[in-house]
Amino acid sequence: MKGLFTLAFKLLVNDRGKFAALIIGITFAMFLMVQLTSIFAGILQKASANIINLGARVWIMDPAVNNPLNSIPLPDTVLAAVRSIDGVAYAVPVYSGASLVKLNNGTYQPVTVIGLDDTTLVGRPQLLEGKIEDIYGENAFIVIKDQEYVKLGNPTLGTTFELNDHRGVIVGIAQVTTSGLFGMPTLYTTYGRAIQYIPTQRFTAAYILVEPKSEADIPHIKAQVAALGYLALTKEEFIHRVSNYYKFQTGVGTNILIMTVTSFLVGLSISGQTFYTFVLENLDKFGALKAIGAKNRELIYMILFQAGFTGLTGYGLGVGLSSLLINIAVRKVPGYAGTITFFNLGLALMMLLIIVCFSSYIAARKIIRVEPFEIFRG
Amino acid sequence: MAAVAIQAENLDKWFGEGEARTYAVRQVNFTVPFGQMFYIVGPSGSGKTTLLSMISGILRPNGGRVVVAGEDIWRLSPDALATFRLHTLGFVFQDYHLFPRLTTLENVAIPLILQRWEWSKAMAAAQEMLAVVGLQDRGELRPMQLSGGEQQRVAIARALVAKPTIIVFDEPTASLDGATGKMIIGFVKHDILNDHRCILIVTHDNRIFPYADQMLHMEDGAVVKLDTGGSLEK
Ligand SMILES: Nc1ncnc2c1ncn2[C@@H]1O[C@H](COP(=O)(O)OP(=O)(O)OP(=O)(O)O)[C@@H](O)[C@H]1O
Ligand SMILES: [Mg+2]
Repeated sequence: MKGLFTLAFKLLVNDRGKFAALIIGITFAMFLMVQLTSIFAGILQKASANIINLGARVWIMDPAVNNPLNSIPLPDTVLAAVRSIDGVAYAVPVYSGASLVKLNNGTYQPVTVIGLDDTTLVGRPQLLEGKIEDIYGENAFIVIKDQEYVKLGNPTLGTTFELNDHRGVIVGIAQVTTSGLFGMPTLYTTYGRAIQYIPTQRFTAAYILVEPKSEADIPHIKAQVAALGYLALTKEEFIHRVSNYYKFQTGVGTNILIMTVTSFLVGLSISGQTFYTFVLENLDKFGALKAIGAKNRELIYMILFQAGFTGLTGYGLGVGLSSLLINIAVRKVPGYAGTITFFNLGLALMMLLIIVCFSSYIAARKIIRVEPFEIFRG
Repeated sequence: MAAVAIQAENLDKWFGEGEARTYAVRQVNFTVPFGQMFYIVGPSGSGKTTLLSMISGILRPNGGRVVVAGEDIWRLSPDALATFRLHTLGFVFQDYHLFPRLTTLENVAIPLILQRWEWSKAMAAAQEMLAVVGLQDRGELRPMQLSGGEQQRVAIARALVAKPTIIVFDEPTASLDGATGKMIIGFVKHDILNDHRCILIVTHDNRIFPYADQMLHMEDGAVVKLDTGGSLEK
């Protein structure tokens, strides 16, 4: 078999023009596919930044919430009701809202303000500078050091600013795993201070964060919350809901889908076309091989080997190119959204397999049909 | 008489069905012993290629029997028949059908590769065979870099490399000039043919007729004459 594969390999790479077209075509298709889906994955991840960063197991929200940006305030009675549900270890409110900060140089900057439950500070970020207890100090805020941090003028401990005519002071610098999609710096403070500083409606809690006593309690909690007329989602479900919002309710998902399908079709047609031409050009030789005693099966293995080899090479190059670019972009472009996930890689690999199978199929079909007798007849 | 290499019995081949049925080969019988050059000659469309294909296990007859080297070949399964061809028959096609993207050496080695030989051993054997046809220093060239006669010799080397006992030529001199054609067939007769081999040649080319041991004349699919006057070579 090794000899047959060597032969197949030589037939493939010795035709430099076609081999180059194949590799470039598949590499390009794979690159685009991985790149596009990674950008989308990056957008989705950033869109769910709060959910990921606050890290609560179960989130309670108004059923109309589909996107963490437009949270709908919950009445305090819900908090009390949730706390009395069996299986709830604890439940705390969290504030999440946007506001304007006036910097010392007089300019305004929109920010996201997260207000953590005063007693427990559930969802606190990991501090790089300062102590978490300082959040209880007068006018205290913690700033997140992410790509948007510079927009606040690179504040240090003690930097002051104004927020709705209230004085604010930075008491801590923290980091979170995921920064937001909307290019706004994030400030953390206590729930109490957040609703005091930022004008709100009668209802104030954006979400209620729940820690169940055990995983088994979650279905019960969800049912009880539903009975109250609200929605309880696990962290994963909430992220999924946000993804679906971007996938299906905004143009982003559709466009990425169209582009991904297009690059798939480009790869498919280049590869299919090239393999077909390759077989067509060598059809008489394949017929001669059959006359000499090659079995259809062996010729198909050769084609599969060629298609598999070019496919995997193109996949490797495409994925490599994409990770390289995303890596550079993440480092150089603030707020760049792009994450290569295993799902993306798997999806591209699946597309590749379809391309390989399709190309082999149309090539093999031609080879199976060639009659050695026709070769003799000339 | 020497052992029988090929025996054809009542061979029939037709194309089309019903009204449109036309016979390409009808009731052909002959026997070729080992050690002979057997020619199939006749006008265009007389059924020579069809007959040759049936004898060499490439085209299934509609009727009759072909026994090659003791094997009733059309009773074999398609895979077994392919294996039989690979080990027993060597083919030289009119247009050679060499892979243009492979070297001469690699082209010659193909039957051995199909026989699952190791690559390096196959190349060594192919090199020896190239030497037999006098092209030992052309192994690394591509077929297109060779002359027509040289390509023909490469095709012969490929047909011989697996040491088949039956070698089949279809119009071997059609693309060659007269002198080269004669030279090649002379070479085949003197250096390739031996007591354990049998060579079948389909040809129009009467300049190479003198090398024949038997000559089957066909017309409209039927045998009109069988010359068995021994070697006609002067
Ligand atoms: N696949 C086919 N379908 C229909 N008719 C065919 C087919 N193959 C061969 N024939 C017919 O069979 C007859 C014999 O053809 P064959 O190719 O064997 O002739 P030939 O003697 O080799 O001719 P040439 O010297 O031109 O090569 C011809 O009439 C041809 O048209
Ligand atoms: Mg013919």
